[in-house]
Amino acid sequence: MTANAPSPNHLQLTRDGQLRHFLTLDGLGRELLTDILDTADSFIEVGERSIKKVPLLRGRTVVNLFFESSTRTRSTFELAAKRLSADVLNLDISTSATSKGESLSDTLLNLEAMASDMFVVRHSQSGAPHFIAESVTPGVAIINAGDGRHAHPTQAMLDMLTIRQHKGRFDGLKVAIVGDVLHSRVARSQIRALNELGAAEVRVIAPGTLLPRDVEDLGCTVEYDMTKGMRDLDVVIMLRLQKERMEGALLPSEREFYRLYGLSQDKLALASPDCIVMHPGPINRGVEIESAVADGPQSVILNQVTNGIAIRMAVMSMAMGGQVAERQQKQVDHEGARA
Amino acid sequence: MSGSQQHDSASLKITGGTLFDGVGEPITNPGLLIRDGKIAAIGASALDVGVDREFDAEGCVIAPGFVDLCCNLREPGNGQKGNIASETRAAAHGGFTTVCASPETSPVNDSGAVTHLIREGAASRGVVKVLPIGAITRGLEGELLSDMEGLKNAGCVAVGNGSRGVRNARILRRCMAYAQTFGLTVMFSPENQALAADGYAHDGQIATRLGLLGIPEVAETAAVMEMLLLAEETGVRLHLSQVSCARSVEMLVDARKRGIQVTADVAMHQLVFTETSLASFDSRFHVRPPLRSEADRRALLAGVRDGVIDAIVSQHQPHDSAAKQAPLPATEPGLSSIESVLSLGLQLVAAGELSLPCLLGALTRGPAGVLNRSAQLAVGAPADLCVFNPDGRWTPSTRTLMSAGIHAPLVGIALPGEMKLTLVDGRVAWSAMH
Repeated sequence: MTANAPSPNHLQLTRDGQLRHFLTLDGLGRELLTDILDTADSFIEVGERSIKKVPLLRGRTVVNLFFESSTRTRSTFELAAKRLSADVLNLDISTSATSKGESLSDTLLNLEAMASDMFVVRHSQSGAPHFIAESVTPGVAIINAGDGRHAHPTQAMLDMLTIRQHKGRFDGLKVAIVGDVLHSRVARSQIRALNELGAAEVRVIAPGTLLPRDVEDLGCTVEYDMTKGMRDLDVVIMLRLQKERMEGALLPSEREFYRLYGLSQDKLALASPDCIVMHPGPINRGVEIESAVADGPQSVILNQVTNGIAIRMAVMSMAMGGQVAERQQKQVDHEGARA
Repeated sequence: MSGSQQHDSASLKITGGTLFDGVGEPITNPGLLIRDGKIAAIGASALDVGVDREFDAEGCVIAPGFVDLCCNLREPGNGQKGNIASETRAAAHGGFTTVCASPETSPVNDSGAVTHLIREGAASRGVVKVLPIGAITRGLEGELLSDMEGLKNAGCVAVGNGSRGVRNARILRRCMAYAQTFGLTVMFSPENQALAADGYAHDGQIATRLGLLGIPEVAETAAVMEMLLLAEETGVRLHLSQVSCARSVEMLVDARKRGIQVTADVAMHQLVFTETSLASFDSRFHVRPPLRSEADRRALLAGVRDGVIDAIVSQHQPHDSAAKQAPLPATEPGLSSIESVLSLGLQLVAAGELSLPCLLGALTRGPAGVLNRSAQLAVGAPADLCVFNPDGRWTPSTRTLMSAGIHAPLVGIALPGEMKLTLVDGRVAWSAMH
């Protein structure tokens, strides 16, 4: 009697399976994810040239729409768009039109009317990029730069690129994600990507207050005790802990959290000797990670940032390609219908 | 097609069809004579009389008019979402002849003056019977008692909290004790506000996957338990509105065994849809209580079949498009549902999940019983009835829906259950013939 859960792919893929929006990793297969990683690999070389530009988005207008503030993600999206030769407009919406009472739809329709080709959207509400792609401006390529607790697919893909660079594979890997999984869009996207790419085990390590209900259904195991959870790990991903988590009775204190779930050198020593340490940033030193670990030889946190530009170039160029192909197809259909 | 005009039919004859009178076995070709707003005769003799008009119900079901215990007419105060004229017309299109109007209007229906306003509006612009529900606390703020006796005198049939909680158990207990004084039924949507917090989706697999803020099951079950205990202690007649959890149904069974005076209803959409309806962030299915798991849906259906749940309601909440045109968490809860209740129910019948008599019982006899009324089609009773073709199809769309709210549960899909005729006191409130 109940309808099957519709796949988000009717929205983000073209009829022949090309990306035209990038909203979530849900429903994207291993082949497409690998394609994104391979494309990103080819862009890493661009960043090493003296002239760091390719003309793939020349003449296109990319609007960075950040309804929630961000430094790193917005900067890397901006750099990625510029390296693809796009014209870039950065809008900090949290301080502009919507605070004057304009609705989200109206803001976007105005921007679309300025002949934008791509919106990079960060929003505090889960599903906002879906809403925009489905109901507001379906003809503009939408790239999700993080929505509520839902997804942060470019972050997860740059993490996958980093893992592949250091481990050369996903098969057989044991990966732990530690900390505030409940509020984390990054963790949701990472768990999805690791499962699709074939990791042997994804473990989430956190107290019960920071885990969503039935988190195992996402494709992970749960470990409350970090000293047990660190065993045999190939990759450990630390999540940022927001200070306000103490207020809602989710945690007693930063001190207790760090003692139990902070990544110290002692705890890292329990993992495989070649375990890499990752963090989506920004880091709270001494809250979720010890400085010596964040800056230590096993940390690949700065590689993640570098890879962020390549992944965003890959996703933007692929989605633009799909969007253009879709427009051309519609033109052909339209002319066919008139003939 | 319009059901807006009321035609005084001094006498009307309905031929053909199958009558579900709300009590006995269905009767084929019953013959129904309606005169002066009442059912004047049933049986072959009814057909020999000369009348002003005749209606051929061949292939149709003739049933008592449906009774809705939870309907938002949006008047006074929310004209952009709907009004008494538009929403009672929608009700008539859905086969409803009596609707209980939620106290969540603007201003809130917490005084006899507002109740009068609603009743006058219904008398002048409504096409179905409107029974106001009074607010149990002033402004529905959950803090001060409303003038319950005044509400009762003005015509409120019960008092309730709309979809809002009552701040604490001490106030809840006093609300019940005061309502009990006047023999008023209290209608509560059970939700513990502290546990529901800022949630807007069932705290289950879809919320976990999509990162939606969950309303846990215990937000309802803790409130149900508290209300049952307080009802037992105060002796008030308690009606639980829109239960959504399997565990709530179990608690209702236990409460009845203990002799607590409690009735309950469920919204039709809870019997048809589950949390997976939100899987692509479809804001139409943002409802409160949230659509829950498949196990909950099945338990609610079993509750209706077993009679533990007395009534199926529309929980009709029409909205203007701005209320739904936003990212899911920023949208307002509620469906424009009253015109689709029968069709969704007939889909359940077709799927073997509910029998037709059970469906009709939960739309007529059950809710009427909660209001201490009768919904039987008998000689001498008011001619409140509907005639529908269960096999006829109609497609909900902005053109076919009478409600000002366009966010119906299913749009653009052909559904079973074409409403042919709705009579309220013998007058045509809806007719597919116009």
